[in-house]
Amino acid sequence: MDSTLRVAAPLPDAPDELIRIRNCRQSYHKESSADLVVLDDVDLTLTAGEIVGLLGRSGSGKSTLLRIASGLLRPTAGEVTWRGAPLRGPAPGVAMVFQSFALFPWLTVQANVELGLEAKGVQRAERERLAEEAIDLIGLGGYENAYPKELSGGMRQRVGLARALVVHPDLLLMDEPFSALDVLTAENLRTDLIELWSEKKLPVKAVLIVTHNIEESVLMCDRILVFSSNPGRVAHELRVPFPHPRNRHDPAFRLFVDRIYGLMTRRETPAIDAAAAKPGSAFNQALPELPMNLMAGLMETLAEQPYRGRADLPLLAGSLQLELDDLLPLGESLQMLRFAELEEGDIRLTADGLRFVQGELDERKRILGASLMKNLALVPAIRQVLDERWNHRSRAERFRDELEDHMSPDYARRTLQTVIGWARYAELFDFDEEADQFFLDEDDD
Amino acid sequence: MLPMRFAAMRVPANASVETRPNLFDFVAILVMLGLALAVGSIARHTLAPLSAPGANEIHLQAAYLPGYAVRTTLRMFAALAVSLLFTFTYPVWAAKSRRAGAILIPMLDILQSVPILGFLTFTVVFFMGLFPGRVLGAELAVIFTIFTGQAWNMAFSMYQSLKTVPADLEEVSRGFGLSAWQRFWRLEVPYAMPGLVWNTMMSMSGGWFMLVAAEAFTVGGTTVTLPGIGSFISAAIRHRNLFAVFEAILTMLIVILLYDQLLFRPLVAWSARFRFETTAGAVAEDPWMLALLRRTRLLNRASRLFADMLTTIGGLPLGPRPSALRRNLVPRRLGDGLWFSLLILTAAIAAWQVTLYARANFSPAEVGHVVLLGVYTLIRVVLMIVLATVVWVPIGVWLGLRPIWARRAQPVAQFMAAFPANLFYPIFVIVIVHYHLSSNVWLTPLMILGTQWYILFNVIAGTAAFPGDLLEAARNFQIGGWRWWLRVMLPGIFPYYVTGALTASGGAWNAAIVSEIASWGSTTLTASGLGSYITQATSAGATARVALGVVVMSLFVVVFNRLVWRPMYAFAARRLTFA
Repeated sequence: MDSTLRVAAPLPDAPDELIRIRNCRQSYHKESSADLVVLDDVDLTLTAGEIVGLLGRSGSGKSTLLRIASGLLRPTAGEVTWRGAPLRGPAPGVAMVFQSFALFPWLTVQANVELGLEAKGVQRAERERLAEEAIDLIGLGGYENAYPKELSGGMRQRVGLARALVVHPDLLLMDEPFSALDVLTAENLRTDLIELWSEKKLPVKAVLIVTHNIEESVLMCDRILVFSSNPGRVAHELRVPFPHPRNRHDPAFRLFVDRIYGLMTRRETPAIDAAAAKPGSAFNQALPELPMNLMAGLMETLAEQPYRGRADLPLLAGSLQLELDDLLPLGESLQMLRFAELEEGDIRLTADGLRFVQGELDERKRILGASLMKNLALVPAIRQVLDERWNHRSRAERFRDELEDHMSPDYARRTLQTVIGWARYAELFDFDEEADQFFLDEDDD
Repeated sequence: MLPMRFAAMRVPANASVETRPNLFDFVAILVMLGLALAVGSIARHTLAPLSAPGANEIHLQAAYLPGYAVRTTLRMFAALAVSLLFTFTYPVWAAKSRRAGAILIPMLDILQSVPILGFLTFTVVFFMGLFPGRVLGAELAVIFTIFTGQAWNMAFSMYQSLKTVPADLEEVSRGFGLSAWQRFWRLEVPYAMPGLVWNTMMSMSGGWFMLVAAEAFTVGGTTVTLPGIGSFISAAIRHRNLFAVFEAILTMLIVILLYDQLLFRPLVAWSARFRFETTAGAVAEDPWMLALLRRTRLLNRASRLFADMLTTIGGLPLGPRPSALRRNLVPRRLGDGLWFSLLILTAAIAAWQVTLYARANFSPAEVGHVVLLGVYTLIRVVLMIVLATVVWVPIGVWLGLRPIWARRAQPVAQFMAAFPANLFYPIFVIVIVHYHLSSNVWLTPLMILGTQWYILFNVIAGTAAFPGDLLEAARNFQIGGWRWWLRVMLPGIFPYYVTGALTASGGAWNAAIVSEIASWGSTTLTASGLGSYITQATSAGATARVALGVVVMSLFVVVFNRLVWRPMYAFAARRLTFA
């Protein structure tokens, strides 16, 4: 597919260039081994008048890039300039909106909104005037004296928005601003925001928004950067050709969404497969938190009407009420176990997958066990150690440590959790949480 | 795991519209004037020489009691002020500087285990040296001793809060460029507030006991008597005046009642505003004092002005502005190496000095004897905790399962925990003397008298927080009798119980110093144990033996905490919490 649009970089000293990030690399230093690379060779330029989306899976480093753009985090390598000058420390013209709202529970709405102005040393009367203005703009009038805990999620995020807008930032950064809200509330807030933007009422010059929701990005952004994971890179850059307000039922809109699904589920390139096959690869695969029942449920759904073994991912996501971030890891895990294959936005059940669905519980355990031993190198590695030990017990810590050489401690913990869940289902080995040990249940052999 | 449910509150919308003073304002102003007079008069007395006529004399008439009560209370607040000062400096330094934290926090952990009255000998020597022959020296020594009883857990609470400030709020404050000073007052202090207020109140509650014990003390032949309720009761004991003992108890009841109603409850309820949760909790009623403060026009106005002033000070752009973080830097090896070498060197020199001192002052036999005494006291503490558990856990569960009773019992238990139990000691002693009971056995319950209530109110809180659906499930499956206790209720309240028992055992060790030796007139009862050893060494002025006793007791407490309470705590947190 070469429908990807490359955007010509504006001149470095163009007057409306806000932020420019060049060859950015972010890695975390590890004592024992090679550094963990979160972002690798990322370029990003933002100019006045655009809404740009960073779209990707969790762990693709898009939130890290947002923090680098805000000046909260300095990249390991690469250069960041704000209006042509190198950026050190939080940029004065940047304000951020958080997924968790990040409101101070002990301050009223008014005081929360005034916080940024206070830090700038704005006089009290002026502060109150500006806060009033932002509160009214964002539809919070009348709520000035409420504390955050009295408000609903949607209203809280409005406070977060007002707090960011009151300082009249040039650049508004939004870190998954709607993903903690229910569907209707999120839609309501998105629509209001886009309306204000279209009417040029927002006191900002550009918006950078991080999301894992494909429709959201197509609905709001002028430009979308699609991230690939491990390490995070900008895999594709797309310009959204529709004017605001956009209609999500418009066929052209649907087609655009489908295309992004296709880009995000495209088969890994052979080069990466080769990397995965190198020695020590048992420990470099991070797994999402996926219980076996959920995967079995998806396979059963796929095997039945109307899909009969093959489904279009966006349609499937819609009918199952799953977000991309939930569905894609599910599909990829099935692919890793060779129970399903992902191709160009579709998911297809394999012969093994079909046998799993049709099998009784014992047959399912046997099929999963065989697949785990063959396709997930960590499982035979653990099993081998357990078979060799006289008491068939082994500390989990050593495996966790080895995983941590390749991923963050958090991912290592989660990966092990998932492996334990699957291995218990297949009755390959068990786990003693109290002692933090793997062990073999003697009766099984 | 705060064992109380706090109110969610807001200022009534029309609270400060009118500024015409009302009746409460006059009352409040009178109280303040009275306080000012009392402070002035006491300040005059503290500068008097110790040997001045009347300086050491305690009048056993009821008319003197209100004055004594005020002086006792003022000592408490002086200690509180010092503790707050400590809380806003030491832990902040430990939290902000990795290198300082590496030594400051373990030090705090040890200090927490040192028996509070054990400090008395050393503070007296120090402050009497600073102000030789003046009452001020003795006053400061007592105040400093109370400070040592309050400051450590307040500091720990502060440190823990500073280390767990939510990452997103921290990013907001950095993103807006709040300076270090602004961030401290806008983010870190409010976040720390609920834990800090709760720990301060718990510290003060425990402090009354120590204060009463410390007001009349003898160090190496010098008997210092500071006018207050504690010295009043010790004079009553000397004169075998049971009536005066009851008067003192009554006065203390009033003082604690005022403390509980005017300070403890309003403060804890007020601090609920700073709790870091964004869901609206169950709304409890304001304590009457807080409601009064919020509705009193002039006071409300004044407190607003005061709050505005604080806000302005907190908003001053002092300190460095934030810069971008560079995560996971390679540790600055050279600086670390120097710093930690310095620490090791200091520790080595200290160890050398201690060895020299110990060699010169103690024989191995003496050390062995003191350790044996420690074992006696340990047995007492364990037995008493077991006894208190057997008594109070069933009662606490019974109360906790009945919300109406729980609401009534909870304040009473907290009140009892604050009441200095040593005021009741003479009554026990009279009984023991009268019936010629064994002091080794019958003095033992005294150490748990004041601290058993921690077990009770934590168990009540735990039971009240027990999920209702689990209780229904247990009833549905007809789980009863022992199985109900072992499988359902005890695991559910265990984290709360451990909190309570830990506090109770710490208190019992402290109380041992006072309770293992007790007198009535010229009769003195002694139970052999580490507590009586320290007390006797203190009166004899044998600094070295006091030091030995204090060190051994601290070791017992530290080891007991590490081997018993911490593992229990960890287990409770891992396995027995409702997620």
